[in-house]
Order: sequence, then C-alpha cells, then structure tokens
Amino acid sequence: MKKSVYNGLYVVIAILLVLPFVMPNSFYLDLAVRMAINAVIVLGLNLLIGFAGQISLGHAGFLGIGAYASAVLPTHFGWHPLLAMGAGAVATGILAAVVARPIFKLKGNYLAMATLGLGIIISIALRNEAQWTGGPDGMPVPAMGLFGFELSNDKQWYWVVALLLSVSVWASLNLIDSPFGRALRALHGSEVASQVVGVDVVRYKVAIFVLSAVFASLMGSVTAHYVGFVSPNFADFFHSIELVTMVVIGGMASVYGSLVGAVLLTALPQALATFEGWETVVFGAILMLSMIFLPKGLVPTLAAKFGKGE
Amino acid sequence: MLAQFLQFLFSGITVGATYALAALGFTLIYNASNVINFAQGEFIMLGGMLAVFFTQAGLPLPVALVLAILIPAIVGVIIEKLAIEPVKGAETVTLIIITIGASLVIRGLTAVIFGKNTHSLPAFSGETPIDILGATLMPQSLWVLGITALVVVVLWYYFNRTLQGKAMLATSYNRLAAELVGINTGWVLFMSFAMSAALGALGGILITPITLTSYDVGIMLGLKGFVAAVLGGLGNGLGAVVGGLLVGILEAMGAGYISSAYKDAIPFVLILFILFFMPRGLFGGKSTDRV
Repeated sequence: MKKSVYNGLYVVIAILLVLPFVMPNSFYLDLAVRMAINAVIVLGLNLLIGFAGQISLGHAGFLGIGAYASAVLPTHFGWHPLLAMGAGAVATGILAAVVARPIFKLKGNYLAMATLGLGIIISIALRNEAQWTGGPDGMPVPAMGLFGFELSNDKQWYWVVALLLSVSVWASLNLIDSPFGRALRALHGSEVASQVVGVDVVRYKVAIFVLSAVFASLMGSVTAHYVGFVSPNFADFFHSIELVTMVVIGGMASVYGSLVGAVLLTALPQALATFEGWETVVFGAILMLSMIFLPKGLVPTLAAKFGKGE
Repeated sequence: MLAQFLQFLFSGITVGATYALAALGFTLIYNASNVINFAQGEFIMLGGMLAVFFTQAGLPLPVALVLAILIPAIVGVIIEKLAIEPVKGAETVTLIIITIGASLVIRGLTAVIFGKNTHSLPAFSGETPIDILGATLMPQSLWVLGITALVVVVLWYYFNRTLQGKAMLATSYNRLAAELVGINTGWVLFMSFAMSAALGALGGILITPITLTSYDVGIMLGLKGFVAAVLGGLGNGLGAVVGGLLVGILEAMGAGYISSAYKDAIPFVLILFILFFMPRGLFGGKSTDRV
C-alpha cells in the first residue's frame, strides 16, 4: 500500500532527472522551469480546493504578495532576497490567518465571492502603489543568491525547482495520508459528520488555507526571482482562474493531477501562439470543452478508466 | 458641499442601475440553475459594442438597440444549451470554469470582429446637462434610471402575476417539486439565460454613452454585478436591485471623497465587510443544511 503511493513520486523524480538532458534547447528548459513552479503552486491549491473542498478565486493575490516582497524589499530597503522571501511568506500567512476565520464561515458561491474580492483588492493595491511597485508597468527583481553564489542561468534554476517540486510531491502525499489530511477529506465529505466525530472543522479549514497561501507566496517569490521582473498582472483575477483551472483540469484531489494540469496549462499559451489574435477564443473554448467532457479532470478520469486508484 | 454630494450621488445611481441589471441577470440564472454565470459581464459589453456597431452601420437607433439586445440573448441561450445543460449538477468550480471559458470566447470573438478600440455611443436625447441644486445631471442618466425602473416593474409583474413567471419562481424554490407539478424546468433554464443576457445587454447599451465601451469592459462590470447580487443575498431579486444601487453609490462616494485610484477596489472591500457580518448578504435568508 505504502509502496504504491510512492511509485508515482519515483516516476516524477526520474522524469525530472532525465528531462534536462533530452531538452533540445533553452526555450524548453525555460518552459520546464515555469511548469515546475506552477506545479508546486497547484499542489498547494489542490490541497485546499480538491482535498478540503474549499474554493479560492484569489490565490494569485498571495502569489503577488510574495513576488512583490521579493521585488520591493531588496530594491528599496536593501534586504537580502531570502529574508524578503521569508517576510513575504510571513505577511501572507498573517493576512490569510486573519481573513480565514470570517471567510470560512462562508460556503460555495459566497466563499468564491469573498476570495475573489480579496485577490482583486491585493492586485489593485499593487497596481496603485506606484512609488513602491512601479504601478501597472511592474518592476525588476534583483537576482537570488546565497554566500556569494548567484542563481543566474536556467540550468541552475531548473535543479532548484526540480528539488522543490520533488519535495512538494513527497510532502503532499504524506500530508494526505496523515490525520490532518484525513480530517480535510472528512470535512469535504460532510462538515456535520466530521464535527460529530470530533474534527474541529473551522481550525482545519483555516490551517489548510494559510498553508496553501504561504506556499503560493513562497512560489511567487521564486517566480519573481526566476523571471527577474514582476507586474500586477501576476496577481490579477485571471491568473487566479488559471491556477484553479490547472487544479480542475488535472483532477481535483489528485496529487499527480496537479502536475498534469500545471504542465498542460503552462504549455497551452505557447501552443496557442500560432492562432494569432484567436488565442483568447481558443483558450476559452478549451476550458469549456475540457470541463464539459472531463468534469472530474484528466488524471482521475483516466485512472477510473484503467481501473486503478491513484 | 451639497452640490458635490449630489454630483457623486447622481453618477453613483446611474452606474448602480447598470450593476442592478447585471445583478438581476446573475439572480435569474442562479435561481434557475444554481450557476454563477461569470459570462454575465460579457453580455453588458456585447450590448454596448453591438449598439455601437449597428448604429455606425447606419441602422436607425431603435432597430440597432433591439438587435443589440436580441443577439446577446441568443448567445446566452446557446451557452445554456451547449455548455450548461450537458453538465447539470456539476461541482461549483467546474461551472465557474465553464462560464469563464464562455466569457473568454465572447471577449475574444468581439476583439477579433470589432477590434480593440474604445467606442462611444451618442446619448439618446442630447448632451445638455440638467442643473439640480448646483449639480449636473446628464439626460442619459435619466434614460438609464427610467428604463431600469421600468424593467424592475415589468419583472415584478412577470414573476408575481403571470403563470410563466410563477413557474420560474417555483423552479427556484424547489426544482423537483416544480417538475412534479408539470413545470418544464428545461424551459425555465432556457428563459433565464435569455432574460439575463438581455438584461445585461440592456444595461450595457444604456451606460455606453456615459462610460464608453471596448471589448474588455465586461470583466469588471460583471464582477461588480456579482458583488451586487451577493450583497443583496444571492437569488433575491429585490436584493439584487438594492445591492446594485448601493454598490454604485458607495463606489462613487468612495472615489469622490476617499481615493479615485481605489475606485474599483471599493465594491470588493464592501462585500468582504458585509459577508464577514452577514454571511448571506443583506436580504439572504438563513440557510439550513440537510445532513
């Protein structure tokens, strides 16, 4: 039982190890790095949406806080990038914890409204505080380094995010199988029933929300350093939707589904670039078609088809 | 002082009326299907853009306006038939993504067909401002308010005094029970998409002479309509109208007295505060969960 759970992880690690040696050029390496970063974000978001059954339409806001902490604090205050990253994560954690209690009294569409609102407020603030954030144009982000060693080329970044991704997959698999993970799945099934057996529903919802928000903030910082630039679009509503779509297309409550969703949706804009001017139409149509024909997402649908659980 | 206050109030009510129409659209579809239609904002955009396109093509204003309402209604019905009906009972997230996909398709097609420029529509009855206690009111605002009021009265009559309207209400209370007494709930779903698209388009047409329009105005207008619907309590028609006006007025006041840069944030701050204290909006009933 335990063994089969980790089989997928070994496959992921094997793919990550081989990938850089079969990449034809740096374009694909860059794409792989961005896929891996998104995969880590989506893993965290899937814990919230897929496993705990709580929707968040404002997650890009948390990414934005992390990304801008990594841009603003080193640029304007001379902080070390790692310290700035930590500060962003702590600030996000505090914000998420403060709003979580009132927000998680809400359900379904009301919860969607509240998280959407939170995300939009953050992105408008980032857009408006131009003296710090550069406004709508965004701002450059200094390089990430430690002890005189600087992360500069895509190869180095690849190994860093590959490590992050492997650790995240391993941590997610363990979390789901822990008492914490079981409590989350229980409250997804029925809040009342889980309360009856002694699960502190509100506390678990708050905990997973804060956890996935901090995850997002840290990865926001990583993205900012990797790309070397942040703009308010990074925190906007559409980006939140993209992340939620990755969760749902890959498969809700599926660790490997998160990876598949992130890979597909990161690659999609590249693939659509050929449809000059029609990208938005085709992207929208793909969202609709995949939800109509695969409402449970790719990985769970395929797993059910081939008759084995994840 | 007073003049300034009135000025903000006028512009707030005018925009608020558009939010109210959008919120009514959200409410209609939500009641018929429990779907939050994130494409609602695109109907507002489509109404304005089509009105501009048809008048520029030389059609007389009334014909142009009727077409600009009719076409979005047809688009709404197509979305319902192709994308909502096949996934009955899907999870909230799935439905949200489907309607967002639909909104991207509409926005993308509009950009391809009409381009990405900003357009304006001439005001229906001139641009001579009316002076009220030192504040100016544009004649177009009167059109917006008058037609919105008329729509609200007609809708009230429809839902309370006609068999069709009562059938729609019955479906929103309990779909299964409605089906058991012979109501065609498929038809109710169809009507709700047609009506809410038409309402959104109407709002978009009315406001375009004041705020201008382009292919991408739908997102914010739609989201604020959603705020208005939630503020009033999802599914409550009166709540949607009150919510719309309230969002419009507070947004205009906030932009005028506090910060115009944060104008777009005001509705969302407002809704967060309201939901913290009233988790089902202003007029939302208490909910009980069946275990």
